[in-house]
This record gives sequence, C-alpha cells and structure tokens, in this order.
Amino acid sequence: MSPGLKSWKEIPIGGKIVEPGNSINYKTGDWRSFRPVHDIEKCTNCMICWMVCPDGAVKVGSVDCPEKGRKGTSNNPKLGNYGGIDLEHCKGCGVCADECPFKAITMVEEKEIKEENKKII
Amino acid sequence: MVQKIRKAFTGSECSAEAMRQINPDVVAAYPITPQTPIMHAFSQFVADGAVDTEFITVESEHSAMSACVGASAAGARSMTATSSNGLALMWEIVYIASGMRLPIVMNLVNRTLSAPINIHCDHSDAMGMRDSGWIQLFSENGEEAYENTLMAVRIAEHPDVLLPVAVCQDGFITSHSVETVDILDDETAKNFVRENKPIDPLLDVDHPVTYGPLDLFDYYFEHKKQQMLAMDKSADVIRQVFDEFSRITGKSYDFFEGYMMDDAEKAIVCCNSSAGTIKTVIDELRAKGEKVGLLKMRVFRPFNNRQVVEKLKHLKAVAVLERAAGMGSYGSMIFNEIRSAFYEESQKPNMINYVYGLGGREFDPIQAKKIFEDLEAVKRGELGDTTRTIGVRD
Repeated sequence: MSPGLKSWKEIPIGGKIVEPGNSINYKTGDWRSFRPVHDIEKCTNCMICWMVCPDGAVKVGSVDCPEKGRKGTSNNPKLGNYGGIDLEHCKGCGVCADECPFKAITMVEEKEIKEENKKII
Repeated sequence: MVQKIRKAFTGSECSAEAMRQINPDVVAAYPITPQTPIMHAFSQFVADGAVDTEFITVESEHSAMSACVGASAAGARSMTATSSNGLALMWEIVYIASGMRLPIVMNLVNRTLSAPINIHCDHSDAMGMRDSGWIQLFSENGEEAYENTLMAVRIAEHPDVLLPVAVCQDGFITSHSVETVDILDDETAKNFVRENKPIDPLLDVDHPVTYGPLDLFDYYFEHKKQQMLAMDKSADVIRQVFDEFSRITGKSYDFFEGYMMDDAEKAIVCCNSSAGTIKTVIDELRAKGEKVGLLKMRVFRPFNNRQVVEKLKHLKAVAVLERAAGMGSYGSMIFNEIRSAFYEESQKPNMINYVYGLGGREFDPIQAKKIFEDLEAVKRGELGDTTRTIGVRD
C-alpha cells in the first residue's frame, strides 16, 4: 500500500525524483482487468514471456540448487526458470500470452478469478 | 579592486559582454531580430576562445529552450536569448524550465508579437510569459541590461529561488543604440556571479535523479505551491543581490526606482527605455516648477506590491504606461497589478492607464508632456477614460 500523501514541504522541488528506482513503489497491478494464468504442463522455461513483458513483471525464479549455491524463488520444482508473475506490477497487457510459443499463458478476466485462486503464481 | 571600464556599446553588446564575463557552460540559441546581435557578438567570443561555452546552434527557439533545459538539468549554467515570436515558439518549454526549477538566464530583447509581423519594440512578448514562473527584470538602457544579466545569474541560482530569469531590454531602441556604459572588470564580474554549484545535476551518477517525470492530481498542486512560494521568496533574494551589487558599483537598485518622486504630485509609471525619455521631460517640467516624477519598474516578477504602494501612495495622480495592450482586459497588465495593490489602501492616487508605443511606435517627449498635462485633470478627480491610448492616429 502506498503511504499517506505528503505535503509540499516534504517533497523534492520541481517534481524531481531523487530516490533511484522508486517506481517499484507504484503498484500498477491495480490497473489490471485481465491477469496471466500460467499452465505449468505446457511451460518449457524458454523465458520469452520475461523478455517481452513491458513491465518486467515476469519473475525470474530457479529451483533450489544447493550444489551451485542457488536459492530458488519458487518452491515448485517443475517451475525452473519461470518464477511467476509479479502481480503488484502486472498491468495485464497480455503480450506474454500472445508471444508464448507453447500457449502456456492465458489471459483471464480478474473478475473470473476465484478468490481462493487469486494467489496463482 | 573594482574597476569600471567605459565603453561605447549597444544594448546587445552589453548583454553579450555580461555573457562573456559569466562564461556560461552552455548557450543554445536561434536567431531572431532584434536579439541576433547578442548571439553574433557572443558566438564571436566562442570562436575566439574568449569563453569556454558550448554553443549549440539549434533549429528553432523551441529547441533552444529545450536544449537549455536539458543542459541546466545536467548541471550546466545555461543561457539563451530571444524575442517576440521566438519566445512565443518556446512558450511550452518556458513553463517547463520554471516548473523544473532550472536557473536558466535568458536575454529577452522586447519585440512585439505578430500579427501583423513587426520587428520593432513593445512588451507584448514579456507580458505573454508573465505567469510562467520566470523572474522578470526590465532594463532602461544597455548598462542596466548588463547589470541585470550579471545579477540574474545570482538570483536564479540561489537555493531559495531556483527559478529562471528573463532580462528584458527594448528591441532596437536599446539593443541597437550605442551609448557610453560602465562595464566592470572581468575579475569583479566573475567573482560576483560565483562558481556554478548545480543542485541535483543529472551528471552526478552517484546521486541519480529523474527530471520531468509524470505528476498527477496527487502532487501537481504541491509542486506548484513550492514554485509560488519560491517566487515570493525571490523578492528577498533580489533585495540581497541588489544590495551586494550596489556595494560594487556604487549605484542603487530597487524593484521600483523613483526619479524626483519625493515631493511629486503627478507621476508616470513605466519600464524600459521610455523611462529615459520621461526623465528628460521631468527635468524640463521641474525647471518650470511642476511637481512631477517617474517610477521606473525594474522588477515585474515577483511583483513588489508593498513597495509600489509605498512609493506611489503620496501622489495625487498617476499614469501607468504600458507598452503592451491587455486585449479585452479592463486596463493593461501592469496597471491592473498596481491598482490591485492599492485595493486595501485608504490613501491612494487617482490612476489612469495609457497603452503606448506598440510595435515600435515612437514614444517622444511630446507624448510624455501630454500625459503630464492630462494628469492635471486626473489630479482634480476627473478621471475621464481610465484606459487610454497615446501616440496612435485616431
């Protein structure tokens, strides 16, 4: 959640942004009306979805690989490099679904997503 | 050791000389009469290696101001010059320069706006950007243009201000006329303007900053409030800079400078070169015993309403002269602001407004005398038409 709005005394002048990379704080996920739903059976981890996403909202995950000292971000061993969608920033543009050569992503209307499935990765 | 060097310079040469002594990092400009001689003279300095300036010959005034905005945001001390429709062309960027709080200094050689096309002087160009958030200084002659330009750098770059400044002078009348002027030595001028210490420069990669991002209804108003307050605060900074420069030159500087105002009963308020004409008429009329005076406006933005009230309230009749028409407004721009300043006052002069000299129409001593004559009736309370024109063939 974004913090309470600040007074003119508390913000930099001229509309300058002096904290680098703080666009991550702006939760554009609110703008979404369709969300990408991932089919793990069809996914080959080609990462084309990650390449084309205009928001960088496809997470790069990896399975735990203790021999190489790598810690995974997903706990599903079948997910490999695809680490799910950053739903706080995904705007639902559907380019990932469009570009996926294996049709592993489908765009589903937000209102169709059942409450219990809202946390789909 | 302050040295004054006497030169015979046109107003343009005075501005170019100030720019040479300031030695800005970047100048981006596009030619337009009557500003062009400033850039001609300055580009000669660049070619001769007399300055270290990166001179960008852009393809339009819109690009000139855009380049200055980019350069200034990067941390470069940036300057430009323009007039009339050149200023009109860069209008959107003028607001951006001020909104982004960039200390750009611009020489604005006042020339009237088209249509019809006219290369000659009036103040419609400056008036068009009076609410853009730029500080506006007006110059009676070349020497004042020189001084205002040096002071403009200090005012713009002051951390409490960080607003761009326009230094105005009359096109052709001042810019192209040769007068004897006193120029400061390079060392004194350089020490006065000080080294450029940019705030949040883009080129400081250790402290990354973004300029010109999107603002929406959540924060735009707050940013504008900061700008409004900076404009108010700039009056204090202008006062400080005036005082400091005064100690160097021995002359005095003020937002509104009075000539023979102490015991005056009738006065004219105006800015730029017409002030000089009126002063000679005042000398003549004073010799005949008439109590007349002149209040010359040097700073229009920020508008020093308190000082204008202080300096005019004891008068019986005042004529505010404006070299620009407020099309469709009740009275022209400066007139309205002075009048508004007096709204709460119980002691105020009778005031009328003259639009004069549009498009370079000559303003001569005969017109000035006529105005002082007209003010006799105004003294008695017979205002007649509050808003008038003078010098036009009816």
